[in-house]
Amino acid sequence: MLRSTVLSWLPAFATAGALLVLWEVSVRVLEVQRWLLPAPTVIFRELFDSLGLLTRHAGTTLVEIVVGFAVSIWLGVVIASGVVWSRTVERSVYPIIIASQTIPIFTLAPLLIIWVGTDIMSKVIVVVLFTFFPIVVSLVTGFRSVDREMIDMFRTLGASPFQTFRKLVIPTALPNFFGGLKVAAVVSVIGAVIGEWVGASAGLGWLMKLSGPQFQTARVFAAIVVLSVLAIGLFLAVVVAEKWSLRKYPARAVHMKGLGEL
Amino acid sequence: MNSAPRQTSAQAGNYAGGTSALLTVSGVGFDYEDSAILGGIDLSVGQGEFVALVGPSGCGKSTLLNLISGVLTPESGQISIAGLDGQSSRLGRVSYMQQDDLLLPWRTIEQNGRLGLELHGVSNAESGRLVRELADSFGLADVLDSMPWQLSGGMRQRVALLRALLPDNRVLLLDEPFGALDAITRGALQQWMLNVLDRASKAVLLVTHDVEEAVLLADRVLVMAPNPGRIVAETTVKLEDRTDPEVTTSASFVAIKRQIRQLLNDRVATL
Repeated sequence: MLRSTVLSWLPAFATAGALLVLWEVSVRVLEVQRWLLPAPTVIFRELFDSLGLLTRHAGTTLVEIVVGFAVSIWLGVVIASGVVWSRTVERSVYPIIIASQTIPIFTLAPLLIIWVGTDIMSKVIVVVLFTFFPIVVSLVTGFRSVDREMIDMFRTLGASPFQTFRKLVIPTALPNFFGGLKVAAVVSVIGAVIGEWVGASAGLGWLMKLSGPQFQTARVFAAIVVLSVLAIGLFLAVVVAEKWSLRKYPARAVHMKGLGEL
Repeated sequence: MNSAPRQTSAQAGNYAGGTSALLTVSGVGFDYEDSAILGGIDLSVGQGEFVALVGPSGCGKSTLLNLISGVLTPESGQISIAGLDGQSSRLGRVSYMQQDDLLLPWRTIEQNGRLGLELHGVSNAESGRLVRELADSFGLADVLDSMPWQLSGGMRQRVALLRALLPDNRVLLLDEPFGALDAITRGALQQWMLNVLDRASKAVLLVTHDVEEAVLLADRVLVMAPNPGRIVAETTVKLEDRTDPEVTTSASFVAIKRQIRQLLNDRVATL
């Protein structure tokens, strides 16, 4: 099991390794300037030399992401519940939510800085704007996948609407919910960086914005590496939570297995 | 309430047993999108009585059970359950088992079995104890910690019956309970149900299109015809020993079966 998992990741690692070697060799042979494109070894040295600095700013970014993510889940559950609970809510809110996603969120960030300032709040809001949509859509889809017959069965057992929601509708929606959560985990990092880019005094996005004009290119790359690690870590955290939450659920259809574990 | 009886061939309002009726349906009609599904249904099931409703597909049998359970509301007529005033909801007061087992895939067999009790606020310890008590006679003692997908269709139906029976309602509705199973499993479960079901305190109403199942299990068989669904005939079943494996080939069994088939065929022929 573990062996086959390791083996399945091998081609991806091999490809990435080969690209890094190619990059390193090209930079050295062509004598590319360090400020233009630093070699991978230079970036890794920067990663270790500035570890304290990067960790501190990564901490700021991570807090923004986690708070934003939590708010998104809460908001997503409330909105999705409202949409499936009442037709009026569905008709009055759902189209607006979908339309809101056509607005480039990046353009809203400067407005948020004007309205709520450059502290953590503006970043959290940008993260929420990026992440609540996949959560709402996946939850609404999940809630709606409940069988009519199952609902009637709960009614004949004397369940209140709230009991039916808690013991039937929510568990039915869980697999979809985690699908949305995975998308949200990845885009949440983008949201935080954009928020920091527009106005902040800390965070990896701010550090990159500061380092670029100073031609500290290696530091920009190092920040990118840390951001990727953050995104992958968040994604894996969601996968672990999913595995645990769905541990009792029957395996998905056999033909899905060919598509891999994630 | 006051709709006139539409059929004269059956005195469906009377029941064979001498005990009081636990379930009474009078003049119940139901329409769906301007077409009449049920027209003036009268029936009652007494304590300790097992009544079967047979009829072709689409005659409104399942609709009738949905009305009795309280899932649907009748357009006309009255449905009453002993010990419950007519204004209260029947939801949660009638045990209802369907053709699909409708087990929750993320719950173990024990957790599925205790669902009805759990919804009534019974503690997990107490409801778990009640499930384990019944599990033996249901042949489920060894699979209580299994998940539904690990069980055969016949086993899952037994779990569904256990779940329906545990809230201990006095009226039990069975909608094609073995309809989705293969013939061999179905036969075994019919025999099993004869043994496991404590009829004495209950009124059981079975809906089926399997005449043999109706005759084997029921004390009384009501024949339904469609467009709109109504009861057109009634037969009392008297058998020596239902639990005898050879009962289905006995002369009296075959005679009753033929009689009901005849009633059904007459109806289909006149459509």
